[in-house]
Amino acid sequence: MSLASKTVSARLPDIVGATHVIGEPAQLAYYEIDGKIPGAAVRPGSREEVAEVVKFAAAENLAVIASGARTKLGIGLPPARYDIAIDMARLDRVIAYDRADLTLAVEAGHSLSKVIGLLGDHRQFLPLFVPYFNRATIGGTIASGVDSPLRQYYGTARDYVLGVEYVTHEGVLAKSGGRVVKNVSGYDLHKLMIGSLGTLGVIVSVNFKTFPSPVETRGFVAMFDSAEKAVEMRHRAAKSPLTPLTMELLSPRVADLFASEAAARICSGAMPPDALSPKHWAFTSGYGGNGKVLARYETDFRKMAEEAGAVRAAVLDANTRPPAFSRKREFIPIALSASFSPATTIAKISVQPGNLIEVLKAAQETAESYSLDWAALVRGVGVIYLALLPGDKDEQWRARVMNTTNEIFAACERVGGNAMIPWARSGWKNTLKLWGPERGDFAQMQKLKKVFDPRGIFAPGRFVGGL
Amino acid sequence: METRLLNDLKKLLGADMVLHQPEELLLYEYDGSVETARPNCVVFPQNKEHVLGIVALANRYKVPIVGRGAGTGLSGGALARHGGIIVSFTRMNRILDVDVENQRAVVQPGVVNAELTAVTAPLGLYYAPDPSSQKACTIGGNVSENSGGPHTLVYGVTTNHVLALEVVLPTGELVRLGNRAVDSVGYDLPGLFVGSEGTLALVTEVTVRLMRMPEMVKTLLAIFNTLDDTTETVAAITADGITPAACEMLDGWTLRAVEAYVHAGFPLDSAAVLLIDIDGTREEAESQAEQVADVCRRHNAREVRVARDAKERDLLWKGRKNAFGAVGRFSTTYYVQDGVIPRTKLPQTLRRITEIGEKYGYQIGNIFHAGDGNLHPLILFDARSEKQLRGAVAAADEIIEFCVQMGGAITGEHGVGMEKDRLMPLIFNENDLEVMRRVRDAFNPTGILNPDKVLPMKKGCGEIYARPLPDTGASPS
Repeated sequence: MSLASKTVSARLPDIVGATHVIGEPAQLAYYEIDGKIPGAAVRPGSREEVAEVVKFAAAENLAVIASGARTKLGIGLPPARYDIAIDMARLDRVIAYDRADLTLAVEAGHSLSKVIGLLGDHRQFLPLFVPYFNRATIGGTIASGVDSPLRQYYGTARDYVLGVEYVTHEGVLAKSGGRVVKNVSGYDLHKLMIGSLGTLGVIVSVNFKTFPSPVETRGFVAMFDSAEKAVEMRHRAAKSPLTPLTMELLSPRVADLFASEAAARICSGAMPPDALSPKHWAFTSGYGGNGKVLARYETDFRKMAEEAGAVRAAVLDANTRPPAFSRKREFIPIALSASFSPATTIAKISVQPGNLIEVLKAAQETAESYSLDWAALVRGVGVIYLALLPGDKDEQWRARVMNTTNEIFAACERVGGNAMIPWARSGWKNTLKLWGPERGDFAQMQKLKKVFDPRGIFAPGRFVGGL
Repeated sequence: METRLLNDLKKLLGADMVLHQPEELLLYEYDGSVETARPNCVVFPQNKEHVLGIVALANRYKVPIVGRGAGTGLSGGALARHGGIIVSFTRMNRILDVDVENQRAVVQPGVVNAELTAVTAPLGLYYAPDPSSQKACTIGGNVSENSGGPHTLVYGVTTNHVLALEVVLPTGELVRLGNRAVDSVGYDLPGLFVGSEGTLALVTEVTVRLMRMPEMVKTLLAIFNTLDDTTETVAAITADGITPAACEMLDGWTLRAVEAYVHAGFPLDSAAVLLIDIDGTREEAESQAEQVADVCRRHNAREVRVARDAKERDLLWKGRKNAFGAVGRFSTTYYVQDGVIPRTKLPQTLRRITEIGEKYGYQIGNIFHAGDGNLHPLILFDARSEKQLRGAVAAADEIIEFCVQMGGAITGEHGVGMEKDRLMPLIFNENDLEVMRRVRDAFNPTGILNPDKVLPMKKGCGEIYARPLPDTGASPS
């Protein structure tokens, strides 16, 4: 046992209680990240205990990584150091829910789906329908910065997170923002925390703006025989007076993914028959409102689909929409399922909507030139989730995935977009452009990392450029 | 100010782009707040190279620099608190690109907010954040202050509409943050810089999202006999699951002041009105407008008027947007406050504001963004009397303290600036503030850019507190 781990096992029980310190190798394996297993894991029971754990880690120069349900730790480079896992599961309290004000303050370890269930009892919700929805925690969702199909209307977390409380590198609690829906008091440091993978501090609680649930929702699906036509449908919808809640394009291969057993295991309910077809690109959109509003959306969507050259179109109702919606939400876990590939790699590429077809074409041609199976889910705002499904996990397939992503990223860069690889095999990560092409603003990110984490104890090495 | 610096600035920009005579500087002592501070000179860059040159000179001569748009700010953000150079962006006022397909615009910081909407409206697009000063205020100023406006209730404030920035750091580097696509990789730098009140960088270019004009806008005027009925209606509309595009409240006193000026048909004998916009498709706007009208009636609105056409709608909104001007007919000076509360706390907060007005002996008008709980008490006072000014500030502080007690914040959209830095400890403790100071010092290490704004000095600390973090020599990764 190293000197560091001796100190760890002696001191941590004082902070969180002996029953909440894990030192057994067998149990510690659960906290593995990219092959690295920490020396100890702790399960603090309060925000103050998290602060004490960090204070101790800082004094001993030990690296900490906080995690919730551990569903999104695939994102990021392998950690440079990983001494203590901070398991946030016991921080699961709702601090305040002011329903008439539509605001919510909740601890980081709280289950996301449970909190949305609680809001649902009051006809409200959070538009965070993210991958691994049923297991995800609030803190992991915010720290990983994953998006939701509902961003089409509601934006991303940065648009409705009102404030964050976090533990600094000195082991003290600090906050940014507040609990009111409009606030310009001080710097918006909470925006920096969103998607920072815990590299700036440990998020212990998050304040949200909540939203009233739509009265009723429907889904519209239209099938096209080319990506061009599906993208054209997206453009027509964007130019129309409609403001749908979700808008996505699905590549033909997605039909197989969504109809699979893997999808059935992850999502509840069966995919409505004929909703998708493995021969067609699909345009899908969810919308909400009363009967009159729903009728208007259906009429307009059907007309647009016809003009854009749809092969067929259908409306999904209260029974058929949820299974389809949950599969869109879980596109990444479904694609990562071993039944499609032993080494699924997910690239995320965002471009201006006008560049979508160009980049989609480049993606398709590149993947096919390397004989890589692929599937794509494209958000209407211009975000492409490209699942590359190599036939094996050996060196030859790794090289194909690497070349494909490098070429697609170059195409993305030419049109001024953003690209990264949120999910890839651990062993492949260091050879892929996991955080995309080099960035002109990296020096500014380094400045921030140095302010928030001068000793490099927060998830070191995992973020952009190894921050 | 050193003659050599003035000469260098004139050489860089041209003699007519540098103001330094006392009578020329008078205008730049003010913004829309009650604060004043005189700069040593005012310069007008015309491009980013000029801005880089100005920053280099300021560093060489160790003189503070403060960015300024139209000077409509309400918290002293664009005032030279410790003198120095004011960098006025009014000559960098070109719209560089309007991209209809992608709903983006790229503008220089001096572009006037309303101009962007005026230019894009014929294309069916508009820029959503609409501060009441939108006919004068600039996008650069909006970015610095993270400005709001009546129509930010559902569509969000400036930060929700900015995709990318080009900035000049006080250390002299030109940096692009974000780009025209969504989800820039890495830390959300635009999210940090928007609303940093000109303390982290000078903005030289802004990329914004444009919204599509709604198919229909319904404007309702709900008239009430009591303040409590009015404020309870606001909470009830939200509770009913409706988020209007705008939900503004004008109290009776303000209403009468506005009516005498605008003649919008506001009822002179009411306690308060709500001015509500509902937008969307025809079906959405019509059904939600009916729903809102119902809620108003259930909460004892004595009348709910619906604007029949665009002309009537514009007249009602003219009353709202020109309210501050209308108040000028009653008082030579007024102090506009800006506090936020959870919207359910409106009834007791408005009652408290009335009490505070009576206690200090000032007329206080209320005209504000009720839908998001963003109050704007208007305290009327006579600026010729130092005692009156001090009293107005004391009354304002008491209002803000009450907002904080209600679970609110010290500013919703006007910023902290040099008006409220001393009030920051009401909502942030020393740990919270220390992290913010370090972030500021990382980008503005010598404090040359907009010194002593936003963040209060440390307790019991009169000396230079802008101390950089000790460099441990350890690499952050």
